[in-house]
Amino acid sequence: MRLRNGDEEAFAAVVERHHTSMVRLARGYVRTEAVAEEVAQEAWLALLRGLDGFEGRSSLRTWLLRIVANRARSAGVREGRYLAVEDSRLEAADGRFSQDGWWMTPPTHWADDIVDRLTAPVLAALVRAHIETLPAAQREVVTLRDVEGLSSAEVSTILGITAGNQRVLLHRARASIRRRLEEEMEG
Amino acid sequence: MTGSSSAGGHDLTCRELVERVTTYLDDALESEERARFEAHLAECDPCCEHFKQILVTRATARQLGDQGLDPLAKAAVMDLYHRWRGDSDA
Repeated sequence: MRLRNGDEEAFAAVVERHHTSMVRLARGYVRTEAVAEEVAQEAWLALLRGLDGFEGRSSLRTWLLRIVANRARSAGVREGRYLAVEDSRLEAADGRFSQDGWWMTPPTHWADDIVDRLTAPVLAALVRAHIETLPAAQREVVTLRDVEGLSSAEVSTILGITAGNQRVLLHRARASIRRRLEEEMEG
Repeated sequence: MTGSSSAGGHDLTCRELVERVTTYLDDALESEERARFEAHLAECDPCCEHFKQILVTRATARQLGDQGLDPLAKAAVMDLYHRWRGDSDA
């Protein structure tokens, strides 16, 4: 493998491609950017030393992010930030639906209006800040799926959870971000 | 679908549709359920709006992913690389 044979250019290219995603994933578990950088660096070192057995069975990206998730989780536990939070229902009883399942409070119309503002920095900042407040399990899934744009299968492998579990977490995270955007659009 | 619940002859409620949006977008609904989902969506304005809101929510999050690599961070990893290569050559 070119990376381990000391091909610097090949290594620089994979760093360029994956490092930002790795730090972003780590950042979800630890308090500071500096610690997130450290976690990502540990993963690079693991790759270089041939630790943790990267054998090309998964993609390099999947492998790297899996190492980061595992290490950041334990770093996060040390820092006391990773708290597993679980709730039971997919759609909370928040008054949107009647008991028999029809809209009681239909959504106001704002989806078309927000399209023009998608790239607005204020909106991005708001979503970034909101993702920070999500329970850790939701945050890691939505970061990988929606921010990074990875597939369901890839994210299940990285986080070591079933596709179904992953989907429940993603559903809740998106619902929560949607509500935050709604507040902004209605406010 | 508010009010005229079963006018379309399908049997998916609005709440059920909303609960299945993520599965639908992952293309993980079984074909029959997928058809019911799409039939409901086609004729229910509030569900259609909700669906669009989830799509723009996803698109907004995706905007956060398009930042380039910080040159300082890259330099730090490359330092690490040079130290590693120095060690392994030694």
